[in-house]
Amino acid sequence: MSNRAENGAPLLEVRDLVVHHGQLRALSGISLTVCPGEVYALIGANGAGKSTLLRTIAGLHHPTSGSVTYDGKDVTGLRPEKRASAGIVMVPEGRRLFPSLSLEENLKVGASYARKGPWDISRVYELFPWMKERRTQKTAQMSGGEQQSVAIGRALVANPRMLLLDELSLGLAPVIVQRIYAMLPQVLSSGITVLLVEQDVSQALRVATRLQCLLEGRTMLEGTPAEVTREQVEAAYFGVTDGSHA
Amino acid sequence: MKVTRSRRNVLWSGIGALVVLVVLFAFPYYVGPGTTGIMVQGLIVLTLASMWNLLAGYAGLVSVGQQAFFGLGAYFVLIPAMHGVTPWAGLFIAAIAAGVCALPLWWLVARLRLGYFAIATWVLAEVVMLVIEQISSVGGGTGMPLPGLSGMDAAVLTAYTYWAALIVAVLAIGGVYLLLRSKVGLVLTAIRDDERAARSSGVRVGLARMGVFVAAAAGCGAAGGVLAIEQLQVVPGTSGGVFSIQWTAEMAFAVIIGGIGTIEGPILGTIVFMALQQTLQSYNAWYLIVLGIVAVVIALFARRGLWGTLDERFNLRLFPVGYYLWSPTERRGRRRATTSV
Amino acid sequence: MQWVNAIIQGLLTGGLYALFACGLSLMFGVMKVVNLAHGDLATVAGYIGVGIIAISHMPVLWSIPVVVLLMAVLGYVMQRSILQAAITRGELTTLIVTFGLSIIIENGLQQFFKADSRGLGVGDSFITASFSIGSQITIAWFNLAVFVLAVVVLLGLQQFMSATRYGRLIRAVADDREAAQLSGADYRHVFGIAAAIAFGTVAIAGMCDGMITTISPTIGTDTILLFAFASVVIGGLGSLWGTLLGGVILGVAQAIGGQINPSWEQLAGYAVFLVVLVVRPEGLTSKGATA
Repeated sequence: MSNRAENGAPLLEVRDLVVHHGQLRALSGISLTVCPGEVYALIGANGAGKSTLLRTIAGLHHPTSGSVTYDGKDVTGLRPEKRASAGIVMVPEGRRLFPSLSLEENLKVGASYARKGPWDISRVYELFPWMKERRTQKTAQMSGGEQQSVAIGRALVANPRMLLLDELSLGLAPVIVQRIYAMLPQVLSSGITVLLVEQDVSQALRVATRLQCLLEGRTMLEGTPAEVTREQVEAAYFGVTDGSHA
Repeated sequence: MKVTRSRRNVLWSGIGALVVLVVLFAFPYYVGPGTTGIMVQGLIVLTLASMWNLLAGYAGLVSVGQQAFFGLGAYFVLIPAMHGVTPWAGLFIAAIAAGVCALPLWWLVARLRLGYFAIATWVLAEVVMLVIEQISSVGGGTGMPLPGLSGMDAAVLTAYTYWAALIVAVLAIGGVYLLLRSKVGLVLTAIRDDERAARSSGVRVGLARMGVFVAAAAGCGAAGGVLAIEQLQVVPGTSGGVFSIQWTAEMAFAVIIGGIGTIEGPILGTIVFMALQQTLQSYNAWYLIVLGIVAVVIALFARRGLWGTLDERFNLRLFPVGYYLWSPTERRGRRRATTSV
Repeated sequence: MQWVNAIIQGLLTGGLYALFACGLSLMFGVMKVVNLAHGDLATVAGYIGVGIIAISHMPVLWSIPVVVLLMAVLGYVMQRSILQAAITRGELTTLIVTFGLSIIIENGLQQFFKADSRGLGVGDSFITASFSIGSQITIAWFNLAVFVLAVVVLLGLQQFMSATRYGRLIRAVADDREAAQLSGADYRHVFGIAAAIAFGTVAIAGMCDGMITTISPTIGTDTILLFAFASVVIGGLGSLWGTLLGGVILGVAQAIGGQINPSWEQLAGYAVFLVVLVVRPEGLTSKGATA
């Protein structure tokens, strides 16, 4: 793909996305733009639609209406595997490692359709040094945090430009979560842009350059961590309205 | 809110069914034995198809081994006949005995998932056949003629056979209809819609399925008994014999083409099947090939079959087994308010 | 020492059964498809072999790779078209479609080959040539060769699955289709590769069978499919070597049964199958389901 997304032009643009799960409306007209180098966070309570949004961007859901534009091209109808090889790579909710494959084999699968770029398996081993010795082990026996790291590694070796992280903190102790998020700077410095979904609001606020809060499929709040107050976030998260937001 | 069993006046379709039945019953009086013979074949397939539809369309059980019960039914008419019981009474024995045989077989395959269940029923049918072929007193591998009907006038025999087949078919379809309107039918619909939810609300899923399996076995057994009477012999074996997979192919294809999951579907499918068989008669196994191709195409592109597609378009229902929900403002006869079974 | 000979024979036949079964097992595991037409594919392969030899007069052994290649291509094409369409429409549709295919193939073959059986004729002397161990035990070279071939194929399959890129992809797609998509894999293509392998292996088995005995239109369902399924069940779902073990046990059971009474041969095998089905149906049942 050509590098048209330089100079501040958005890498990812979502416009008025409406997504249904059967008859249930999961997203009602969501829009967002992510510029290169950003860390864009989606926060919100359970069922708000955050993961649905991410999955739709990754290509696993078809929107009822609206569009997803990546690097200037409309990818709304593109199959998920094509998006992955174009540079939109998702670390799915719940890790979703391949249980019958070893750690290294999981990474190798991630590298099967990789783009050219700075990331490869050995660089992932540098990022997560503990992996090298245990690379022939099956991942099912590993701890949640270790599995999460493998899942991230699997995504990195594909050399994404747009990395989607779905609920990294799910089921993990806060200490582990912090350690995992500690690798974010290294990811960013290699030129990857990040769009993440996070239940843990403080964690999201710590790493995000911009954020959006969803509730029942609608955007309640948007802005940078510096702009939004704690009260605003709480109000948006729980849907408590006093008429002071759009 | 009003809840009714059907939209239209069931009285008319009831009268229509009665008229059809009377006409059918009168067949032997004005139709030649050749045609009657064909009708008997058709009625056998109709019975089988209704049973296969009950299994696959309502209970979610795809059985590729129903020929086991079909064959057993034939033998359960043969054996009593060999001991002096008239084959006409033997039909009842066949149905009940086949149903009983279904119990241990169900126990063997009940827990299997859909696809494995299917192949396992095929293996079971094979085993049943192999076991029976060991029993020389019933003819072993070569089969045995059916005693007890010699000395009957040929025309009378044909007529009686036809009526037996007709009664079996009517009972089979009627039985399915009543079953689906009963509590069991409700259970089956619940399972079909959402099995886990059904289980957690205490619905006895396994029991309902077993009941259906046994009932279907009984129906197939009765049909097998009719075949024994019609052919005046019982021959095992997988090519042309009572345990042939061709029977399952015929019933399955009839159901799929006619419309799986509706009571009317098997009837329509059997008609299509018989029409195809008669036109391609001289071309040997072609009718089965054509039938198979049509069935595959319909399964892929018109899943609800001929009747199902008509039902969707024109809201036809001869056998109302679902419910219609009327909101107070809905005009009667205008639109279907909620989807039925 | 007829018993010993019979058991050895059964053991060697088990290799052939495993060869029949591994394609079936592969399609179970990867696509979650129970291919009711699997046995008939072996028959088709055999008849293709007959046809190729009749036209080109090439030696039988040379025709095997040709047939295998043709069948593999056929497998890929069928998977990408008919089978994929069935899979997206659900398990019921898939069963109906594969069953329909089985009937169509069998009756189609019967129409064209008129229910007579054909042998692939490598020459009687080749088939029956045997060697002896001691004075009592005789083993036919060809049966041994088929067993060895089966083991070689299974070894090759195992290597393929564990060490190659597509082997990994197949395993990954079998584990988690969506996650594989997220890594860039088009699962339909991977399914196609798996189907090609399944068709190819069953073609090898079909050709070997055609050389040992004769092929007729109905053996696909009469014996092959059910024996293959029985082998997989006895040996345990999901394991290549388990399938070999299952095939061997089936073959030996059949041999023992046949020794007691010739007409008990198949029954003995199925008896073992039923016992295993009741006692150890791992993988065949829905998780945690109780009636």
